[in-house]
Amino acid sequence: MNCFNLSSKTPNGDLHTAWTRHKNALQNLSKEEANKYKVIIVGTGLAGASAAATLAEKGFNVDAFSYHESPRRAHSIAAQGGINAAKNYKHDGDSTMRLFYDTIKGGDFRSREENVYRLAETSANIIDQCVAQGVPFAREYGGLLDNRSFGGVQVSRTFYARGQTGQQLLLGAYSALSRQLKTEKVRFFPRHDMLDIVLVDGKAKGVVTRNLLNGEIKAHHADAVVLATGGYGNVYYLSTNAMASNVTANWRAHKKGALFANPSFTQIHPTCIPVKNSFQSKLTLMSESLRNDGRVWVPKQKNDTRKPNEIPEQERDYYLERIYPAFGNLVPRDVASRRAKEVCDSGHGVGPTGFAVYLDFKHVIENKGKDHVKEKYGNLFDMYQNIADENPYKTPMKIYPAVHYTMGGLWVDYNLMTTIPGLFSIGESNFSDHGANRLGASALMQGLADGYFIIPPTITDYLSKEDPENKKTTNREVFQSAVNKTEKEIDTIMNIKGDMVVDEIHRELGKVVWDKVGMSRSGPGLKEALDIIPTIKEKFWNNVFIPGSKNDYNQELEKALRLKDFIELAELMALDALDRNESCGAHFREEFQTKENEAKRNDIEFMYVAAWQYNTDGKPKLFKESLKYKNVKLKTRSYK
Amino acid sequence: MNINLKIWRQKDKKDKGSFKAYKLQNIDPNISFLEMLDILNNRLIKEKLEPVAFDHDCREGICGSCGFMINGQPHGPQKATTVCQLHMRSFNDEDKIVLEPFRANSFKIVKDLSVDRTAFDRIISSGGFVSVDTGKAEEANSTVVEKSNADEAFLSAACIGCGACVAACKNSSAMLFTAAKVSQFTLLPQGKPEQKERVQSMVATMDEEGFGACTNTGACSAECPKEISQENIARLNREFIKSQL
Repeated sequence: MNCFNLSSKTPNGDLHTAWTRHKNALQNLSKEEANKYKVIIVGTGLAGASAAATLAEKGFNVDAFSYHESPRRAHSIAAQGGINAAKNYKHDGDSTMRLFYDTIKGGDFRSREENVYRLAETSANIIDQCVAQGVPFAREYGGLLDNRSFGGVQVSRTFYARGQTGQQLLLGAYSALSRQLKTEKVRFFPRHDMLDIVLVDGKAKGVVTRNLLNGEIKAHHADAVVLATGGYGNVYYLSTNAMASNVTANWRAHKKGALFANPSFTQIHPTCIPVKNSFQSKLTLMSESLRNDGRVWVPKQKNDTRKPNEIPEQERDYYLERIYPAFGNLVPRDVASRRAKEVCDSGHGVGPTGFAVYLDFKHVIENKGKDHVKEKYGNLFDMYQNIADENPYKTPMKIYPAVHYTMGGLWVDYNLMTTIPGLFSIGESNFSDHGANRLGASALMQGLADGYFIIPPTITDYLSKEDPENKKTTNREVFQSAVNKTEKEIDTIMNIKGDMVVDEIHRELGKVVWDKVGMSRSGPGLKEALDIIPTIKEKFWNNVFIPGSKNDYNQELEKALRLKDFIELAELMALDALDRNESCGAHFREEFQTKENEAKRNDIEFMYVAAWQYNTDGKPKLFKESLKYKNVKLKTRSYK
Repeated sequence: MNINLKIWRQKDKKDKGSFKAYKLQNIDPNISFLEMLDILNNRLIKEKLEPVAFDHDCREGICGSCGFMINGQPHGPQKATTVCQLHMRSFNDEDKIVLEPFRANSFKIVKDLSVDRTAFDRIISSGGFVSVDTGKAEEANSTVVEKSNADEAFLSAACIGCGACVAACKNSSAMLFTAAKVSQFTLLPQGKPEQKERVQSMVATMDEEGFGACTNTGACSAECPKEISQENIARLNREFIKSQL
């Protein structure tokens, strides 16, 4: 395997002008020249759809693939709360610098300064773009855009469309993409899974896909490939991700040489509807924006079985307000989640399982009225009532943390290119901007920043140095052998003919990863996980049963192909978590905590990005990209 | 609770298809409808039989992937709810529950309860957008939008494209779907410049795709999980007539 010099290619010098200087130095292509090139984009959520639309506008030909029947169904659609932008419309002291600082600090000083600053800088353009597309953001009575605040910050910079911001932004990107479908600059391949990357002379030049409707395995060629395939939270089986969200495209790229960065940095969202029973198929998130007005509490008395309304004020522990007087209920996600776990583990949890805390709107309803709450959170309250069968206007919501987002992902440089030349990764699928913890309302921001504004100039520069593939075909040995390999793998899985259902094995995997590589981790626990995961892998390869045919709409086969990769990823997550002998952000190692049970970072030894290289011998090799902070002062995060 | 299912099984679009009966026992009323189908599928796979194919993804009622007929109603008996947000507590012990795919000429059956709704994408790509290239937008707050218009545009834009409106309509009309998008842009200043071409082109595509004419019965709105109002259709008709003048 190659030895990499992990160069982040970040510009030197003044941070404020870095992106502009970098962009100016990139090679551009005219529309006519761009027309000679084709780009494959896998995944058409916020990042993929916005990139596809923008590249097509610049003249490139785009082939876009999605496992969905329509780009509008991508899971970006489920983001509720909002999107951050440093517009300072509220004149509350916000600025690019402040958004940059909040994001770096929220990420617990494990992300690149240059990337994060660029994200903050781009944020304002995103809002302009979306408004121009007709995204119906919430507005004030004067007709101007409204904002609200979110966890981990003290300003109001979050733009929103009720509790459906992700939906409206995705539909905006989808409409921009649809406009290009009309011009035929973009071809959309619905219901296709990407199963391999094809490299020609070490560069990404194509993909192998499976048509989910008829099982056809096919190679496609292009001049560059962009993965916009989202996160891998479903490794835990239960998560707030969509049922089919998966790591397969990223994992296959990893096995072809793309380094995987910080796989153990997974975000556990504090406000989700708690697990109820063993058939549970997924978890539902209640937007973090609820913490603006809802107050989190548990009974002071252990194992208190009284109804919430029967517990008087003085017997309630508003633990976030008590521990963190400055930020109160608006502490970052990792902190809120860990504290919820702590109060429940110590016997103060509520609900039938004892693994829940209250999120109470009594005070805001008393002060501002039910209509105010309904206007702001109406659909979230309806959703809660429907799932939990309780009326949150009358009785507090019960919430518990759940897996939600993965900060880790494919390692990319400042141009969002992976360690495979010509292979780019954008949105949640890369590792780039959120360090060890992502702040609320920043995922939508990153997806659109990457897709609309960052990848178009950087991929243009890359392509300007490549000879166009357009006269070539997939009739080359390297494409054919990739197709054959994929077909063989599918045959092998179909022929196992064991007696376990894919979901059974997935549930087992999820339990191990949640228990050992979840909200808190320990050395011995991680070692145990590394012992158990190979036995699950064995179960898969000896016992899985796939009904039906491979040449058919076979949802079990789809799931099996995804689970196979999740199992391999789970091992790398445990290894990464074990290797990082510190706590930072969402990565909480029990051995490394302060007296107040906060994460204890070790900046001397661990201020780096852990980028793992796949090895066929099963021993991944670690490469370190050290992080330097020149514009912010390193400090222990404090939200007190 | 115990339930008696009758489910439409069809191997692919060429297959004739038929109903099959299944009985499920000891179902927890608190599980979701799709989790009930997961349990059935788990049993079928254990018996080495093919599970029931159905589309679903977010299971949060927002992606629009799920949707089939439950006892003749798109998304089942609960108002303003997608199948994935429906719970077994909406049914009674020993209920008969009949599941069928959305039936419409323009929605070909993929398998069992799964249908092809890509016709909707073709309607959108014929005009459901504002033509603005990335990077050419002006400062966001230089466009002021009256709050009531913004709120109304949002309600139209809340459509999830699930196809329940088409399935509910005896003419399999896609008027509500198309009208919701036309309305969103009609209500916003950003949509004004392309208003005429948009409505004409989207209506033409709707017809080409084989969707029927509006019946004015309002079944679409009544069954819409996002409660998209019939007023959108009135607005589309107004815009369509205006565009002909």
